Amino acid sequence: MIELQAIQRDFNVGDQTIHALQQINLTISQGEYVSIMGPSGSGKSTLLNVIGLLDRPSSGTYTLDQAEITALSDDERADIRQHKIGFIFQFFQLLPRLTAQENVELPMLLAGTAPFVRQQRARKVLQSLDILDRAGHRPDQLSGGQQQRVAIARATVMQPKVILADEPTGNLDRHSGREVIRILERLNGEGMSLIVVTHDPEVGQRAKRHIRMIDGKITHSD
Amino acid sequence: MLKLRDFIRLIVMAIFCHRLRAFLTMLCIAIGIAAVVLLTSIGEGIHRFVLSEFTQFGTNLIGINPGRATTVGASVGVFGAERPLTIDDAEALKRIANVEAVIPMVQGNAEIKAFGKSRRSTVYGVGAEFPTVFTFNVSAGRFLPDDDPLAPRAYAVLGYTLKNELFGTKSPLGQYIRIGGSRYRVIGTLESKGQVLGFDLDDAVYIPTQRSLAMFNRDSVMEIDLLYKEGANQQQIVGAIEKLIIARHGKMDVTITTQQQMLEILGSILNVLTFAVGALGGISLLVGGVGILTITTIAVRERTSEIGLYRALGARRIQILALFLGEAAILSGLGGVIGLAVGLLGGQLLQLIFPALPTHFSLFFTSLSVILAIIIGLIAGVLPAMHAAQLDPVTALRAE
Repeated sequence: MIELQAIQRDFNVGDQTIHALQQINLTISQGEYVSIMGPSGSGKSTLLNVIGLLDRPSSGTYTLDQAEITALSDDERADIRQHKIGFIFQFFQLLPRLTAQENVELPMLLAGTAPFVRQQRARKVLQSLDILDRAGHRPDQLSGGQQQRVAIARATVMQPKVILADEPTGNLDRHSGREVIRILERLNGEGMSLIVVTHDPEVGQRAKRHIRMIDGKITHSD
Repeated sequence: MLKLRDFIRLIVMAIFCHRLRAFLTMLCIAIGIAAVVLLTSIGEGIHRFVLSEFTQFGTNLIGINPGRATTVGASVGVFGAERPLTIDDAEALKRIANVEAVIPMVQGNAEIKAFGKSRRSTVYGVGAEFPTVFTFNVSAGRFLPDDDPLAPRAYAVLGYTLKNELFGTKSPLGQYIRIGGSRYRVIGTLESKGQVLGFDLDDAVYIPTQRSLAMFNRDSVMEIDLLYKEGANQQQIVGAIEKLIIARHGKMDVTITTQQQMLEILGSILNVLTFAVGALGGISLLVGGVGILTITTIAVRERTSEIGLYRALGARRIQILALFLGEAAILSGLGGVIGLAVGLLGGQLLQLIFPALPTHFSLFFTSLSVILAIIIGLIAGVLPAMHAAQLDPVTALRAE
């Protein structure tokens, strides 16, 4: 499903070139549960961004669902993000002026889904994550764990093929963190691929496949 | 694709979320627009006021004055001397096609006595058609009769102020007064015309031209005023006057001034005034525009991570651009409307407080300022919005 070949990502900082990703070769099948671990600056977030089409590799080829991605236009990449990829961030990235339900509706709103369908689907997803009773609350009225669950609802409401989570528990207490990981694993059990970038060994070890990165290179992959 | 209704809702929510900022942005534009509307309506009001002062005598007037403003190489002696303008000239001018009335005019100052009261006033020597030409109304009696211009009867018509000074509430009709020592019979009084550019036309007495020539010991009139028919070709009439003067005087030794020319010159001067006042308003509009630019730039900076999120959720660049542009358009549009309302209301209020200050709402300058406000608002919105749309989603998301 995801196939990276000789992916290179270079940044220019001043007159220095930093090789954030060096010759990455990686294949992830549909429905896999993968954790990416490594020290800060090892390139794991950059790898996640490349997989999530937020970042463009400097060279190499990326195939998603048998489609070559690297040559696509900005708009085409936006459309793929919309329908195939769900993002979960460390700081949740909920819009503070919208209610939980409106935040969940946001991707469908951008996709032009009819309001009625939107509300139904958002409520269904919130229900399945057990926070329907908080649907009318704004993010500042929710706990961190609740906020992250709203963010998961938003990431999954478009039925993406893959969920990309960047330190999903990094800003949560242990209990909420475990809760969030359980939810993500349940979604993975329903068929969505799950890729988690984390510092936390406990979180990382739960994945079925482990990838370690150091200095922009994959040093270990099951 | 994002539905229009949702698009507008997103924008409105963003505006409501940043109420203070939105309010300040609108204020910037509103102040600018209000200033333009108010200043130009004052400018336009003064413009109209001055023009109406001039046009109250009608616009189909041509003035003929003796002498010609030309420079010649050497003294031309007796051959260069100009012929005076006479009542005969005026009589001849009456025969030109499309000429309605001709008034040979003399003006002077004399003592006027009635019933032991005495007052120095302006004496105008005019013809019978004077009220028609200068749009005066007779309030009582009648104006000077159409006598033989060379031997008119000793009749006088009193201006409004002079009549009140000499006769008070009594009727002067049929009474005899002395003007510069000669006896005149009052046959009419005029309605008030007010002061016109410093000349008090009401503190005056009107007598036949021929008699004023004798009174002031002159053999020529000071000016001949000519009224032509509405819609007649002014150029043709001026041509005919020139031809007639050359035939009678042997050369063109008069200066012809049309009311139209004077109005055009006056109009162009007044346009500069309105424009200058409008430019002052324009500066405040520009300042408002800079204010909007500052605020929207800060807004984009503050909402970088929001833009990153939109991008991660699959929003296209053009959608981000449209969202921020829509915000700017709504804010500048609303600000424009508020400014317009304040400006118009301010104009009305000004008129109430200072009735003497003429204001006039100028559609041209107002629409110009509203268009300008929208352009400024859009430019101020476009620059940060373009910046927002160009943001790399990763960088945008990282901004906290």
